[in-house]
Amino acid sequence: MKTKVALTGNEAVAQAMKQINPDVVAAYPITPQTEIVQIFSSFVANGEVDTEFVAVESEHSAMSAAIGAAAGGARAMTATSSQGLALMFEVVYIAASLRLPIVFPVVNRALSGPINIHCDHSDAMGLRDSGVIQLFSENAQEAYDNMIQAVRIAEHPDVRLPVMVNMDGFITSHAMDVLEVLDDETVKNFVGTYVPEDYLLDAQNPISMGNFDMYDFYFEHKRQQVEAMKAAKEVIKEVGKEFAKISGREYGLIESYKLEDADVAVVVLNSAAGTAKGVADELRAKGIKAGVLKPRVYRPFPQEEIREALKGVKAVAVMDRAETFSTCGGPMFADIRNTLYDLKNDIKVVNYIYGLGGRDLRLEHVQQVFEDLENIRKTGRVDETVKYLGLRE
Amino acid sequence: MAKVLEIRWHARGGQGAKTAALMLAESVAEMGKYVQGFPEYGPERMGAPIQAFNRISDEPIYIHSNVVNPDIVMVLDPTLIGKANITDGVPEDGIYIINTTKTPAEVRKMLGVKGGKIYTVDANQISLETIGRPIPNTPMMGAFIKATGIIPFDEFMACMREQLAKKFKSKPEVIEGNLKAIERAYQEVKGE
Repeated sequence: MKTKVALTGNEAVAQAMKQINPDVVAAYPITPQTEIVQIFSSFVANGEVDTEFVAVESEHSAMSAAIGAAAGGARAMTATSSQGLALMFEVVYIAASLRLPIVFPVVNRALSGPINIHCDHSDAMGLRDSGVIQLFSENAQEAYDNMIQAVRIAEHPDVRLPVMVNMDGFITSHAMDVLEVLDDETVKNFVGTYVPEDYLLDAQNPISMGNFDMYDFYFEHKRQQVEAMKAAKEVIKEVGKEFAKISGREYGLIESYKLEDADVAVVVLNSAAGTAKGVADELRAKGIKAGVLKPRVYRPFPQEEIREALKGVKAVAVMDRAETFSTCGGPMFADIRNTLYDLKNDIKVVNYIYGLGGRDLRLEHVQQVFEDLENIRKTGRVDETVKYLGLRE
Repeated sequence: MAKVLEIRWHARGGQGAKTAALMLAESVAEMGKYVQGFPEYGPERMGAPIQAFNRISDEPIYIHSNVVNPDIVMVLDPTLIGKANITDGVPEDGIYIINTTKTPAEVRKMLGVKGGKIYTVDANQISLETIGRPIPNTPMMGAFIKATGIIPFDEFMACMREQLAKKFKSKPEVIEGNLKAIERAYQEVKGE
């Protein structure tokens, strides 16, 4: 049974967590994630979940407690944003390398300084290379759906990795949106019971975890993490197909929007992908062949799928909601340009940094991007490779 | 893209514009429409000018920007006229719904608006008399329903009763006052 409801992104994620009913949630509140923890703790207080809720004193401890719980054999979760994720940094790498299937929503918010509470992706991009799987969500529906699928992805025997479920701070987390939620029983059956393989509380098979790992094995263990990330691509697709059976909504590694015959395309994560699709529709009505590529999965990076989706396009704009300070563009720009290099198709790839610290991305900004792409396509000339959108200069 | 109805709320922190935008969204969603409701989060201070937004459509809504060309402008605090940029980006046939003791003709002059429609309602007085406090957000929804006719009034009231019951579980006396406030504003709003 499916039910259409109006919920904010935070409410939708809390609802998914309630239906997943994890064994342990350890969390510390931070804007704009606070509501998730607050709403979930009320589920705990009202006896609506069986979860052991650990109110910790910092995000470093939140992830550490989740690691402890997961190492003990529990299905564990946490949730955070921005500085909270930055404070977790050290232990996120440990969760990944211990191969612990911890699912954690990250409500994307700019990193200080200057201090700011609004949306950008600098928090998630900071953990890009940590070894966690990163899913991105365009709206409340996708945040809800991603949370439920994340459990299956994380716990799959070929994967066993943490999964970070991203959604845009305020834009998605605090906006009321219409979505379809599944009934409790369906979610319960879909996520199933967690059967850990090796865990510390297995008295019959005592093991140790987190051992000192020198030059003799560290390298091999890192290589295994890469294999798990590779395997995750197939698992994410399988889980997405299975999820379609219970929800009618299928998920893959990327979403291609009107790219089949597109001349120009924008690549963008999260809520801005929705805005870009809206603009692409308007431009299509005017005869411009515009398309949008939205990576749903950013780590592992869906290189083959993106290459396939963009191979026929003449000019591509990658929109990054984070800076790298490399002076050569944003994080996703480097990935996409690298991905298209081997095609030798001379696809022009440019970069736009947008929306830092919550700067509103307006329709006219995306229109400008497509206009620039059209000019590049017609003239074959790129004047500026990296530009900034909606910025006073 | 299907026609999306866009609404911008102007208010001061503490007047309940965010709550109203979210409650309106929930009610309209109940009617089977697609909807967004979201505030512009600034430094939230009681009394500071704030904005909130709604989008309503018969089809899924993709856009996630702030509303800059609203079809309808809701003003919860009359002292914002001339201070907040209430008419910014509003098309000629835009609708203004304003909480004020003034008449639509007087407000039209103050805003310098020629076309469109202007509705006024004394939501402060109504909320004082029905809820006991000057919280204009719920009566403004009554004025909105009258001015736009987007949902049948009876269905809207049934939905509001449900939402208020959820929101004020521990304060049931507030529910009747709010419902009365919506009903009075629905009847008393004037437009030209």
